[in-house]
Amino acid sequence: MPDTRVRRTAALSTGLVVSAAALAAAALLSLTVGAQHIPFGTVMDALFHPNPDNGQHLIITESRIPRTVVGLLAGAALGLAGAVIQAVTRNPLADPGILGVNAGAALFVVFGISVLGISSLTGYVWLGFAGAAVASVVVYTIGSLGRGGATPVKVALAGAAMSAALTSLTTAVLLTDVATFDQFRFWQVGSLAGRGMDIALQGLPFVAVGIVIALASTRSLNALALGDDVAASLGQNVATARVIAAIAVVLLCGTATAMAGPIGFVGLVVPHVARMITGPDHRWLLPYSMLFAPLLLLLADVLGRVIANPGEVQVGIVTAVIGAPIFVALARRKRLAEL
Amino acid sequence: MTASPVVAERRRETRRVRVVSLILLALVVALFALSLSYGSFQISLPDIVRSLLGQPTPPQVDYIVHTLRLPRAVVAVLVGLAFGLAGAIFQQLVRNPLASPDVIGVTAGASSAAVLAIAILSVSSLTASAMALGGALLTSALVYVLSWRQGVGGYRLVLVGIGVGAALASVTSFLLTRADVRTAQDSLIWLVGSLNGRTWDQVKPLSVAMLILVPAALILRRAVAGLQLGDDVAKGLGMNVERNRLALLVVGVCLAGVATAAAGPVAFVAFMSSPIAVRLIGTGRPTLLPAGLIGAVVVLAADFIGAHLVGGTPYPAGVITGVVGAPYLLWLLATANRTGRGG
Amino acid sequence: MPAPSTLQAEGLSLGYGDRRVVTDLTLEIPRGKVTVIVGPNACGKSTFLRGLARLLPPSAGAVLLDGKSIHAAPSREVALKLGILPQGPIAPDGITVTDLVSRGRHPHQGMFRRWTADDDNAVAAALSATGTLELAARGVDELSGGQRQRVWIAMALAQRTGILLLDEPTTYLDVTHQVEVLDLLVDLNEAEGATVVMVLHELNLAARYADHLIVMKSGAVVTAGEPSAVLTESVVEEVFSMRCRVVPDPVSRTPMIVPIGRHRSGDAR
Repeated sequence: MPDTRVRRTAALSTGLVVSAAALAAAALLSLTVGAQHIPFGTVMDALFHPNPDNGQHLIITESRIPRTVVGLLAGAALGLAGAVIQAVTRNPLADPGILGVNAGAALFVVFGISVLGISSLTGYVWLGFAGAAVASVVVYTIGSLGRGGATPVKVALAGAAMSAALTSLTTAVLLTDVATFDQFRFWQVGSLAGRGMDIALQGLPFVAVGIVIALASTRSLNALALGDDVAASLGQNVATARVIAAIAVVLLCGTATAMAGPIGFVGLVVPHVARMITGPDHRWLLPYSMLFAPLLLLLADVLGRVIANPGEVQVGIVTAVIGAPIFVALARRKRLAEL
Repeated sequence: MTASPVVAERRRETRRVRVVSLILLALVVALFALSLSYGSFQISLPDIVRSLLGQPTPPQVDYIVHTLRLPRAVVAVLVGLAFGLAGAIFQQLVRNPLASPDVIGVTAGASSAAVLAIAILSVSSLTASAMALGGALLTSALVYVLSWRQGVGGYRLVLVGIGVGAALASVTSFLLTRADVRTAQDSLIWLVGSLNGRTWDQVKPLSVAMLILVPAALILRRAVAGLQLGDDVAKGLGMNVERNRLALLVVGVCLAGVATAAAGPVAFVAFMSSPIAVRLIGTGRPTLLPAGLIGAVVVLAADFIGAHLVGGTPYPAGVITGVVGAPYLLWLLATANRTGRGG
Repeated sequence: MPAPSTLQAEGLSLGYGDRRVVTDLTLEIPRGKVTVIVGPNACGKSTFLRGLARLLPPSAGAVLLDGKSIHAAPSREVALKLGILPQGPIAPDGITVTDLVSRGRHPHQGMFRRWTADDDNAVAAALSATGTLELAARGVDELSGGQRQRVWIAMALAQRTGILLLDEPTTYLDVTHQVEVLDLLVDLNEAEGATVVMVLHELNLAARYADHLIVMKSGAVVTAGEPSAVLTESVVEEVFSMRCRVVPDPVSRTPMIVPIGRHRSGDAR
């Protein structure tokens, strides 16, 4: 039916445009809402004609713009990474947190603060990135030993075990080092607060490359979704496709975690919401996840600022509170129980 | 027809369980004696025996044995036993080596409640223990209710538990950012699991609970043997599957809960005791008591190593079990995968 | 072994959640006979068997064991009269053959009744009936598919019930082992007079081994009776939507289904 296909493409394209518009609105909201009330007009003014002598302008340009940009980048990265991980592991509950990536980043960050004496967020970025990469490679290697390669269950088990292992090492370091613990506990919750433009600019190239790789691998992800054997018989080089997808995941998760700290559930939940609209076709699923996730992250961040005004609840907490019920609902589905 | 091959095989298996249990028991006794005698003030074994029997001993010995070392060692044994049993119950019930109480949210609930108590409410350590137990029970009830769907399927219970546990972990990190850094670090010690400074205050409620829970667990051993075969087979054998599973879960949760309340969630003890027991026994029988004894050995040894053998600063037992347990777990996974049993 | 009880379904409806799979089924399982349930995929035959074995509570109607509702009776009492071997059971890691078969004695033991020589004898008898006595000390993991299935049947036999239900006991077995398992079940039926009820996929084996054949489609019984009376060309065409010839099996004289496809079917097309 070429006709319905054309109409479906048109509808999904329109949906993408609408989502992008919603994301832009959320970004504006994130610029406007905060501890100090700043009128919308002033926000626009600060955006287009920033005046460094104006205190309110400074709040916008030095605090809220970087924070929003980090939210956009980290969100897009987490959403895409989640969609790719779920495709590669064929595990609907896969998430950077569950696969040990966050725990790896955390251990390296603690190591950096405690042993190398790094105290700036700029310094954490690289360490978090390295930790995420090492953890994912180890998890993937252990998970793919033996018959059948990296099956969903084996990878998920390896990830959970790895998380537990790394977390206890992290705690061991923190116990003897109050100063490190004091810095680390604020990184550990996952937050967009206090991130400067330099963080965003450092993360940008990694996220950009990750996005390009992920979006370029949509066709091979579609093949992998049918199972390794079918994918291979469709002419897909399964091993290569998996490695490429893994590289994208490491780039995206590692950078997001480095920028904002470990933020759970976004990478898990967003692909499921997107899948309800797009169906299983990764050519649509990935772009939708990439727009929905920052939308969720920015809204959660704004919510965290509103509910605890004049303080704030870190975004990682808000996403956990929103995400956990959705995770439970997914786990209750009948088909999943037979995983 | 003769039943002799069956009789011989059953005898061999029973003997194996007994021999392994006896060796483990001897290890527990040895480590227990070691932790009473070794320290900055060395006490000879005869002196310890004399002190325990209430006979006259050199000055200070009674105080050190009865007030400092004995309660700590008793808590170590009971906590290890409880974690080992709880892990074995969960893992054999859900038929998944990953399904230990530390993975499926039970200890995460206890941790959140304890951090709330220690770091935010600044209550006494006994009240904190009570709140931790409450947190464990409440979380488990929540997980059970959320996974109920014409019965509680094994995998669903694990997955819901992981989800609830992850959410609670982030609540815990949030609470840690809300407290003064010193109190926050105190809760961190609790979070990793420690036996430091345990007194008779902890021993009493813990031993009362264990007097009820251990026999209950051993009585339910038969139910474990049935449920290990899967729900359908167990029902076919005339077992009330949901009722037995609920009873086992309640006992397992209470074991994990009281242990966590007394010493914090000592990492990996529940997780690794049962797989080690299964390897030692090697016949697929339910291994509750051996797993409990292994738990006791592990906690006693970890506490001893942390307190005396790792240089200047004493480390809590949970750090030692974590650092040793984590690689063991990964190795277990790697070998399980290589032999094609990893799932 | 006790004399087999009677087993009936009365107005039985079964389903999962809101989905109805078996609707208003009334029939009686003949005592001391081998009954085989056949039907196309998703016709509800496994669901029906699970319902008969009280693994699935009825949404309406009842299963009667000796005239009394099976769901009202204490599960352990039922387990003394009726055993079930579900499809594709999974043994715990590392379990030995003796241990697995011993667990079939569960309903014969109570909280206080210990293991006795009777139990040893029942286990040994079950092992020797299934030809697995020499495997007694082996791990179940190390066995071949056919051996493993025989061990599971031994577990069900150790339960010593008059009625034995089996859900596709021959799945994943090659043809040699399929015949071996079915022969074993008929042995049991002839030697002990047990009622055997099983779901089978293979029509020709079903026709050969059944005393009584139940043909199901879309959650209802289409017809039931002796295989030679039941398995006609029109029934097969109606139930399986497949044209066929029915000829006498050259070995057993029971009906043998020879399918007619679109190709290579000669003049029958």
